[in-house]
Amino acid sequence: MSRIRDKFLDLKSKGQKALIAYAMAGYPSDTETIGIVRSLARGGADIIEIGLPFSDPLADGPVIQNASFLALQKGMNLDRFLRIVRRIRAETDVPLVLMTYANLLYSRGYDRFLSTIKKAGIDGVIIPDMAIEESEGYLRAVRKNNLDAIFLISPNTSPERIRRISGASSGFVYLVSTYGTTGGTKKQFQKYTLDAIRNAKKILGGRIPLGVGFGVNNAEQARSLLKSGADAVIVASAFLRLIAKNPNSRSHPKIVAFAKSLKASTMPE
Amino acid sequence: MRLGYPKNGKFGEFGGRFIPETLVPAVEELEEAYLKFRDDKAFREELDHYLREYAGRPTPLYFAKNLTESIGGAKIYLKREDLLHGGAHKINNTLGQGLLAKRMGKRRIIAETGAGQHGVATAMACAALGIKSEVYMGFKDTERQKLNVFRMKLLGSTVHPVKEGTQTLKDAINEAIRDWITNVNTTYYLLGSAVGPHPYPVMVRDFQSVIGEEILIQMRHLEKSPPDSVVACVGGGSNAIGTFYPLVDKDTQMFGVEAGGIGVRTQHHSATLTSGSKGILHGMLTYLLQDRYGQIQDTHSIAAGLDYPGVGPEHAYLKDSKRVNYDTVNDAEAVNAFLTLSKQEGIIPALESSHAVAYAMKLAKKMTRRETIVVTLSGRGDKDVEVVERYLEEHV
Repeated sequence: MSRIRDKFLDLKSKGQKALIAYAMAGYPSDTETIGIVRSLARGGADIIEIGLPFSDPLADGPVIQNASFLALQKGMNLDRFLRIVRRIRAETDVPLVLMTYANLLYSRGYDRFLSTIKKAGIDGVIIPDMAIEESEGYLRAVRKNNLDAIFLISPNTSPERIRRISGASSGFVYLVSTYGTTGGTKKQFQKYTLDAIRNAKKILGGRIPLGVGFGVNNAEQARSLLKSGADAVIVASAFLRLIAKNPNSRSHPKIVAFAKSLKASTMPE
Repeated sequence: MRLGYPKNGKFGEFGGRFIPETLVPAVEELEEAYLKFRDDKAFREELDHYLREYAGRPTPLYFAKNLTESIGGAKIYLKREDLLHGGAHKINNTLGQGLLAKRMGKRRIIAETGAGQHGVATAMACAALGIKSEVYMGFKDTERQKLNVFRMKLLGSTVHPVKEGTQTLKDAINEAIRDWITNVNTTYYLLGSAVGPHPYPVMVRDFQSVIGEEILIQMRHLEKSPPDSVVACVGGGSNAIGTFYPLVDKDTQMFGVEAGGIGVRTQHHSATLTSGSKGILHGMLTYLLQDRYGQIQDTHSIAAGLDYPGVGPEHAYLKDSKRVNYDTVNDAEAVNAFLTLSKQEGIIPALESSHAVAYAMKLAKKMTRRETIVVTLSGRGDKDVEVVERYLEEHV
């Protein structure tokens, strides 16, 4: 059983695509994280990504870097992350995906790390610096613990590599929309992004869904990605910006409203 | 023991390529270009030309007579990389990679720098080769190495102070990698140490191996045999791997000296191999200074160029295979060596290199007068005089 796969199947049967929304564990606080996830789900997020902050997030732009830094300053760590996940899992069945960096898994031991997050209620894992060539031990532990390994591809990934990477992935494949780190603020995606979606979809076919993220800031952008064939849009930094601007629980109604506007773009026309 | 060109970039279990997917085509292109040009006759000739006529190779192997006599142990030779253009060994690598970037048709080069020596060497090589360069440098390092910031600007480079994280070398590398991800199609990342994803560690090692190769030739003339011991400081480890690699198969004892900072038992040091554990950072599996959750720890060294929580993966391999001994020298010992070499030999060593000198002074005492030590003096210490002055004011 995979909550992520089931979610995509369910959405497909309703003619919808998926909104994947992000929260950073411990940002702005542990309790707030739970409230934020609740708001994301209430706003219609189909899958929720939870970031476990790393001291050196080299695929991330300033927004996630800053949130990581603040969360770590307040003492976020794996134990506290697990507590947050357990509490979220107790109240919702929404698929939860962990996003973090390879060292946090490696230093603990892949199997040890993954079995604890699975038990807490995580369904899939995204590791931006886990290249497919280095993933043997990681993948073994992912499979052993019945998690989904969500690998990333990029607009410059060759067709052969897309095949290889998607073959090792489950849940969905994560296409990085643009050359750059997370949190891009360009108004529109360039043609190469939309071409990359079409190319990736051609290769993936119906075997595994394609999610697209990095620099998705509004419903209009989301729509353009979905129209090009993406099965899901992934929105992270835009939510964190909203939280930074509206401290404490004042952000919750805004998160719900923003998620709703994004979710609308995934509905059948 | 001597690993040559490691397939898939692995030194034993270390090294590899833990990078975001966007960078994969870039490192593959780089590896292909490197393998094509490293044995290319025209490339070698052009590099040799620049190393000789521009950088000032070969560098002398100087017998430190006064230092040797005052200690009364092994004969201490200094491999004078400090005499190179720019004042450090870094130019060996920047000329090599700069020429490679040029052949790859790259028009923009980015680099990170700690103490500023690699930034200066990058700016010099890029000026000479006619390529635009931009250098990322931790804000804390721009403050303590102001002279080098100004030198980079004079040489036509743009310096980006990095205010994220610990504001030192680690964060400068993060920021350079982020730039590279963003401008991957046009930009060449000129990494300055033997770290990062494959093929950087092997490429930097190869370009720096000229140090050890010259030591072998010079020792044959001077002493009719390879040195009994070599000593080099290790931050990321580029001057050390360049010193060690050509000697790995010889009968030479090798010592890599890490920054003990205030003390290895405190939290304030950069002794990665001596007290770190295995982990993944900056695209490689290696030894790291990290907490029990895998978060990278703050480091400290009086020498900005050693202030790094990771280390080149080949050093990790040489440590585990016990071919090289890694040990530490603390801030106070390094400053003492800085002062001693300045007074006794009239040579002001970089604070980084002072760690190696300090270790060699201890080592020489335990060896006989017929034995030899070669210390790689990786850079000159003009950049450090303010830091040392302040240290002496605070500690005397």
